[in-house]
Amino acid sequence: MMRERFVATTTDLLDQDPRTALVLAEISAGLFRPAAARHPDRVLNLGIREQLMVGVAGGLALTGLRPILHSYATFAVDRVYEQLKLDLDHQDVGAVVVSVGASYDGSEYGYTHFSPADVALLDTLIGWTVHVPGHPDEVDPLLRAAAGRDDRTYLRLSSQSNDLPHADGLGLRVVRRGTDRAPVAVAVGPMLDPLLRAAAGLDLTVAYTNTPRPFDAAGLRALVGDGARVVLVEPYQAGTSARVVAEALSDLPHRLLALGVGRTDLRRYGSPADHARWHGLDPAGLRHALTR
Amino acid sequence: MTAIDQRPGIEQLLPLLGRLTGDEKHELSAESTVDVIWVLYDRVLRVDPAAPGAAGRDRFLVSKGHGPHAYYAVLAAKGFFPAAWLDDLAGPDSRLGHHADRTLVPGVEIGSGSLGHGLGLGVGVALGLRAQGLLDPRVYVLLGDAELDEGSNHEAIAYAGAAGLASLTAIVVDNRSASWRQDLAGVFTVHGWTAATVDGRDHDRLERALRGNLGSRPHVVVAEVHS
Repeated sequence: MMRERFVATTTDLLDQDPRTALVLAEISAGLFRPAAARHPDRVLNLGIREQLMVGVAGGLALTGLRPILHSYATFAVDRVYEQLKLDLDHQDVGAVVVSVGASYDGSEYGYTHFSPADVALLDTLIGWTVHVPGHPDEVDPLLRAAAGRDDRTYLRLSSQSNDLPHADGLGLRVVRRGTDRAPVAVAVGPMLDPLLRAAAGLDLTVAYTNTPRPFDAAGLRALVGDGARVVLVEPYQAGTSARVVAEALSDLPHRLLALGVGRTDLRRYGSPADHARWHGLDPAGLRHALTR
Repeated sequence: MTAIDQRPGIEQLLPLLGRLTGDEKHELSAESTVDVIWVLYDRVLRVDPAAPGAAGRDRFLVSKGHGPHAYYAVLAAKGFFPAAWLDDLAGPDSRLGHHADRTLVPGVEIGSGSLGHGLGLGVGVALGLRAQGLLDPRVYVLLGDAELDEGSNHEAIAYAGAAGLASLTAIVVDNRSASWRQDLAGVFTVHGWTAATVDGRDHDRLERALRGNLGSRPHVVVAEVHS
C-alpha cells in the first residue's frame, strides 16, 4: 500500500535528515507514533487543524526546515487552498504535501472525502511539482527526491494501483507502441492498467507518467506525429491536463480526448471500482471512449 | 491621547510617515500600530538591519497587513532600507505596497494582507526554531482585533496554548474595528496563554507587557488604541 510506503520512507527521512519535519492533522498520526517518540520536535500533530497545518509548514520552511504535510486530499488541498497559495507560494517557500484518498478511494465515506479536483486546484498555483504514483514501489524514490529539493511538491497517494511499477518520475515512458499513425494515450498513475486492458487489440501508443507537473511536453511532442491525436487518461478531474497538452502542441493541428473523473456529485457510496465504472474509467468504459 | 513624553523617539517617524502618505501634517493617531511597532524595534526585538536574515534573530511577523505605513516608517528609521523607498508607496516599481512582501523588503518576515495567516506561520516559525535548537529567539505576531474574526487564528491559538509554545508572543492591536466584540485576552487565556492588556500608546507599559512572558506558555499583549 502506498500509505505504508509513505510512512516508512518519511520515518527514515526523519531519522536521517535533521532538515525533515512532518506536520499532521490527526490523519495517520498513529502510524507515525514511533517517529514522533524519537523526534518530538519534528513530528508535529496539530490536531484536526488543516489551516494551521499549512501555516505551520510555511513557518517551518521559513526557518530552513523541509516540511512534509499530510492528510486526505480534500483536507490537504481543497480545504486549505488559500493557505497553500499564501503560506507557501506567496512566502516563496516549499513543502511536500502528501495526500491519501485521491478522487474516491474513500468511496464508502461519500463525496465529502473525495478530491477529484486537487490537481486542478494546484494547477492554478505557482510552480508545483505533482506526482501521482501508480504503484507503491514508486512512492519511495519520488518522496526522497522531493525531500531533497526546496520546491513545492504534491504527492498524491491512492489505494488504486497498477500491477507493476513503471517509472522513475522523469516524464513520459512508452509502455506500448502502436504504429506511426496511432493515437498517443497518456495514462497518469493508476490509470495505466485499466487503459492497457481497454486498449487490447487497438492501434494505440500508450505512455505512462507519474509526474503530470511539470508535464513532459517535449516527450509528448516526440511521440505524436503530424495530425496528432492525443488521449489523456487521468485519475482526477477530466481535462485537468488539457491545458498543458494544448500548450505542448500549440503549433500542431491536433485532437484531444480528455478522460478522467466527471464533474458530478454522484451521491453514491459503493467501492472505488464502482466509482471508476460510473465515471467511465474502468477498462470497458475506457474502451467505449476510445472506440467511439 | 497619551502624552508625547511617554512616547520617546516616536516623533522621528512623522516625516517618514509624511513621505509615505504625501501628507506633511500626518497624525500619529491615524496609525493604530505605530507605538507598538516602534517599541518593538526600539526596545525589544533583537534584530540587526545589517544582518536581517541572522538565524538567531527575534522574528516579528505582521499578520494584520493592511495599513503598513507605521511598519515601513519604523523599518526605514531603523535602517532596514533607504528612506527614499517611502516616496513611491505602491508605485509600479516600488518595493513597498499597501501590504508588505517579504521577498521585496529587507526585515519583513512574511508577506501578508489576507487576514488570519500570520499566527499560523508564527507558530510554524517558533516550532522550526525550537526543532533546530534555537531556543533564544522570540516570535512576535501582530494581529488586529477584527482579524481575530478569522477562524484560522483560533486553530493557532488553541494549539499554541495546549502545546505550551513558550517562545510565541501575539500582539493584538485593539482599535475596536471588529463589528462583533470578543473578549480579546480571554480568547487566548482560555487556551492557557498569559495575557496583558495595556494602553497601546504608552511605551513603558507596552515594553513591560511585551516582556511579560513567563517562559513556559505563549503570551498575548492586547494593545488598546482608542484614539
